[in-house]
Amino acid sequence: MRLVENVPMFSIMLSMTAGFVSAMLPRRAAKGLTVGLAAAVLGLNVWLLSYLAASGVSFTYMMGHFPAPWGNELRAGTLEALMAVALSAVMLFSILAGQQKLQEQVDEKKQHLFFVMLDLVLAALMALIYTNDLFTAYVFIEILTVASCTLIMARQVGHAMVAAMRYMIMSLLGSGLLLLAISLLYGLTGQLLMEPIHKTLTKLTQNGAYALPVTVIIGLFCVGLGIKSGLFPFHTWLPDAYGYATPMASAVLSSLISKGYIFLLLKIFYRVIGIEVVQANHALNLLFAFGLLAMIFGSLSAIRSHDLRRMIAFSSVSQIGYIYAGIGLGTTAGVIAALFQLLVHSLGKSMLFLSTSGLSDASGDSKRFDDLRGAGYRYPAAGAAFTIGALSMVGVPILGGFFSKVYLAQTAFAAGGVSMWLLLGALAASTLLNAFYFMHTVMSLYRQPKAGFVAVPFRRSALTSAALLGLSAVNLCVGFFSQSILQAIRQGLSVFS
Amino acid sequence: MLETLLNHLDWIVAVLLFGIGFTTLLLHGNLIKKIIGLNIMDTAVYLFLTAQGYITGRSAPILREGAVSAANYINPIPSGLVLTGIVVSVSLTAVMLALTIRLYRRYHTLDIDRITLRSRGEDS
Repeated sequence: MRLVENVPMFSIMLSMTAGFVSAMLPRRAAKGLTVGLAAAVLGLNVWLLSYLAASGVSFTYMMGHFPAPWGNELRAGTLEALMAVALSAVMLFSILAGQQKLQEQVDEKKQHLFFVMLDLVLAALMALIYTNDLFTAYVFIEILTVASCTLIMARQVGHAMVAAMRYMIMSLLGSGLLLLAISLLYGLTGQLLMEPIHKTLTKLTQNGAYALPVTVIIGLFCVGLGIKSGLFPFHTWLPDAYGYATPMASAVLSSLISKGYIFLLLKIFYRVIGIEVVQANHALNLLFAFGLLAMIFGSLSAIRSHDLRRMIAFSSVSQIGYIYAGIGLGTTAGVIAALFQLLVHSLGKSMLFLSTSGLSDASGDSKRFDDLRGAGYRYPAAGAAFTIGALSMVGVPILGGFFSKVYLAQTAFAAGGVSMWLLLGALAASTLLNAFYFMHTVMSLYRQPKAGFVAVPFRRSALTSAALLGLSAVNLCVGFFSQSILQAIRQGLSVFS
Repeated sequence: MLETLLNHLDWIVAVLLFGIGFTTLLLHGNLIKKIIGLNIMDTAVYLFLTAQGYITGRSAPILREGAVSAANYINPIPSGLVLTGIVVSVSLTAVMLALTIRLYRRYHTLDIDRITLRSRGEDS
């Protein structure tokens, strides 16, 4: 076995160990360790990605050398490595760009615990991306739930605590449904590893038997993970949780945690149940319908909100709708478009949340549009990052968001029928609405301040600016290299199941 | 149909418990009762899992003298899963309780709707 094939296991173990160690370190050391960890995991996964993209295969890693069906397995292919690279990069930039605000908003004695939670989030994400075992996935989902709840409530103001409680309640409902689905699958097949479940399930269902249980299981997985990733109409927890947590937590929640759940759902579709079975099932239409509704209603709520952070949170609802609509189309091209949108949104939304906090700092800690006028001049790096993120979300050419909308539209044409018209209509309406509220915001950032506005001095660190500009550069690169990213997704998906 | 149901009384109980727990967690206003609902819901799934691993007439999977054949024991995997699940649900309950204490100290009520109302009056 090659050394590079240990990367999935190393990523998980390193993050877990860093979590334990950070708990005993002072604040600065914990931050340093977590930044180092994110960089190390990023580097390791880039190494793995370059190896896998060159060879084009996927491999299974047996933990403790116990063969299936007894042992616990990890599995990695191009797609998994690509996800791991993107998510750990976002994690690294989020910590660098959000750490200044964290110092102001979170109790100094408890900041090292915030970094423990970030380490655990990274460990859980790596485990969700690489694991090949359903029950391991469940355990890490719960670790992710606890960690993300703690990230929200770390900023000890009433709003954030209430948001954390609402998040926890919805999230636990999702976990309950998920656990039920896993036990039903275990009851049917007697297996927990993904490929053995798939084999047994194919054997059981080949004569059309067990149609109802399989539909129920698919539905439970969709609703359970849909609740957790903030799919409309289960998104009620989302605006408060993203809107009131500290910006670093908002970025991590919207860009990383929800994406981990969606990736797991895709893995369950491809590797556990079998994508042909899922595509023939009507449960997928539900996902499509929810996705379309999210695209429209998320944007409408975003227009109605008077608070910049909440507007971006609602825009997350609509962007996650794009991902689910792509998955719900029921074609491979749809899934590819959804995965590309997932990467674009992950990189763009974290940048929006992080730059927003800088912009409102520059406007006397206000999140209202009137006060934000001229903030783009007062904090150029944050203004530039916000503008690039907003343009990408709207879908301006050469940025990632443009390509993801184009691919989604092309996929809709290829699919044809009613779903084509529905998706194209929703795409057009949502893009118009996006353009309306994002352009409105960007323009007010570069307008003359209101009469009588007094600029208050604010802290601006070079590190934050550099991290925001770095993230902007990554976003521009995604648009520039969209063809090779799509090629990697396509190749990864072909060895995914 | 009725006979199948009677043969799987454990499953019916599990489904009922799951329903009770789920609705309590979703709809009940009191935070403590929500947490109780969460525990009932999880217990229902554990009952469901344990029942699947049970084989009539066999004993718990603990190695005893004189009975080394696997045919004497029930399926140990669901029991292992349930143990893991219990650990998970205990930690989630602890987090929820800690959060409830925080909210109670601040808003002096356990009702989630009242807490939300009172928090709206605050400045963010």
